[in-house]
Amino acid sequence: MIIRGTDRVLVMGITGKQGTFWTEHMQAYGTRVVGGTNPAKAGTLHCKVPVFATARDAMQGTGFDVAVLFIPPLMVKAAAMDAIEAGARGLVVLTEHIPVQDVMYFVAAAKERGARILGPNTAGAVTPGECFAGFMPVFNERIFRKGTIGVLSRSGSLGVLFCLNIVQAGYGESAFVGIGGDPIIGTTTRDALVALDNFPGTEAVVMVGEIGGAMEEEAADYAKTMTKPVVAFIAGGAAPKGKKMGHAGAIVMGNKGTYASKRAALEAAGVTVLDTPSDVGAALKARLGR
Amino acid sequence: MNFEEHAAKPLLARLGIAVPKGGLAQTPDEAAAIAARIGAVVVKAQVPAGRRGKAGGIKLAATPEAARAHAKAIIGMQIAGHQVEQVLIEEQMPIETELYAAVLNDPASQGPLVMFSTAGGMDIEEVAATAPDKLHLRPVDIRRGFTRADAGTLVQGLGLGAAEGKVADTLARLYEVYAAFDAELVEINPLIVTTDGRVVALDCKFVMDDSGIVRQSEIARAGTPEKLTGLEARAKAAGLKYIDLEGDIGVLANGAGLTMTTMDVVRHHGGRPANFLEIGGESYTQAKPALELLLSNPRIKSLVINFCGAFARTDVMTQGVIEAIEALQPRLPIFFSVHGTGDEEAIRMLKDRLGVTPLATMDDASKAAVEAAR
Repeated sequence: MIIRGTDRVLVMGITGKQGTFWTEHMQAYGTRVVGGTNPAKAGTLHCKVPVFATARDAMQGTGFDVAVLFIPPLMVKAAAMDAIEAGARGLVVLTEHIPVQDVMYFVAAAKERGARILGPNTAGAVTPGECFAGFMPVFNERIFRKGTIGVLSRSGSLGVLFCLNIVQAGYGESAFVGIGGDPIIGTTTRDALVALDNFPGTEAVVMVGEIGGAMEEEAADYAKTMTKPVVAFIAGGAAPKGKKMGHAGAIVMGNKGTYASKRAALEAAGVTVLDTPSDVGAALKARLGR
Repeated sequence: MNFEEHAAKPLLARLGIAVPKGGLAQTPDEAAAIAARIGAVVVKAQVPAGRRGKAGGIKLAATPEAARAHAKAIIGMQIAGHQVEQVLIEEQMPIETELYAAVLNDPASQGPLVMFSTAGGMDIEEVAATAPDKLHLRPVDIRRGFTRADAGTLVQGLGLGAAEGKVADTLARLYEVYAAFDAELVEINPLIVTTDGRVVALDCKFVMDDSGIVRQSEIARAGTPEKLTGLEARAKAAGLKYIDLEGDIGVLANGAGLTMTTMDVVRHHGGRPANFLEIGGESYTQAKPALELLLSNPRIKSLVINFCGAFARTDVMTQGVIEAIEALQPRLPIFFSVHGTGDEEAIRMLKDRLGVTPLATMDDASKAAVEAAR
């Protein structure tokens, strides 16, 4: 899911500390924030936008396209269902540690209603020079600069590192999509790769993956069909088996989800796989010829 | 979080699945006492690992004396790296048929998956490889759940005879166990039909979703806490994500992906990381205790600190790091790479208070740490 400047954004949990801080950043960057939610403060203004009790009320009040959730883990299911049933086109779910069965529930509901979910456990999405949703250092021009490289990442911090290296190499980003570090997420690596491949102004895609699951292997199937170059990095080659490395999704069980399996699948699909993030600029130059 | 067999079976029993009579013993005497109450028993090692029978951890005992002898042999045994500390003493069951049943979180279908097989008692991976036609899979829409009628349809025509109804009951209840207790996986292998027509869970594996533990506090107490090293336990108590590794180069970074990558890059340059330690997300204010913890590891010869701020502010993390360094005055070489939210302030603080300039890239910092550790 790529966020656009025309998208009307509803911030759920807008009055909290993080909700307030990042809403102000989103507004300053150009994100079209049209309202927020907090059942206890409905009818007031916060960050200069109206606060509603629910997403349903907000849909009737101002209308919105995308809900960004600053909501604690055990309350996300209800908030996400509220947004989906209200008719949200997209949801950005930033929260980490949501029970997996809750995630399955609202992901299934979103699929049925045709709503696109980014996350859970994502740092959000950025369209440089246009808008962003989530928590990203968008004002830092050494990290985000409008350009032609589409970036997708399971990790927020590592995504930032790649954006930094991409800008340092003289490129910029067409869009950044943080898909999240949970084992079950609404937008998969493959979904994000397809979206960036089709996003106007994108000349190459940088895919930042991790050990665990089979998403990079599925994305490799799509990469085979692409004409745009894809450069990838898989984090966790040095991680031991059977241990959760911070992200719930980053765990190698038996021979599933291994670094070797992902690297082999991507290389067979013609993707350049990096040994270290610092090599991304050189790899893009080699693939793009400039 | 894993539940050993003795902790998992009561979860099945709560929702009406039959399990054998039994009791938990920590000594041979306790084992004999339980056997005296029950009659002919099975003595089963309690460790969070499969293939206990092949390792000699499961024995039949016809008398209390035999139960005592087996318990004596099994307690203290090593199975798959775990020392056996207790044994489950259970009544022997007259087995007619062995079946397999499980419900798990399936990333491929993004929902629960019910698995059933008439080839029970063996590894399900083996069944999938050798007799895939005997493995029946049913992805579930979690909003609808998996009803008794769904269970009936799934087991129909599989030659279960008179037991079919009870097997379907058990399968539907197993889904209820999965849903009620935030399971990531609940597996009965084998699920048996006895010669007198009962359907009983002879073994059970239960893994709770770690993110579900907060709302399952009563039940979660029965789970087996992860085996932690001294440093890992200290880190957990302080709310930090720390994993001990074999090497000698300390790693501190923010965010799981960046931390894993720092480990990868250390290895890429010929070094061996000593740990995984990340202070991303809400824990970015914990840099000081995190670094103090790291520095208490005597194996560490050099240190890479790699910050890349998005949500986590590098100035706040750097402040914590400086405080820890000022307090502990460590003598080992430390190499920094600092980028992202708050980096200008962070770099200025490092220069002013420690006289240190971060290196241009994480590769440079990692390479320098690897060389310093030699």
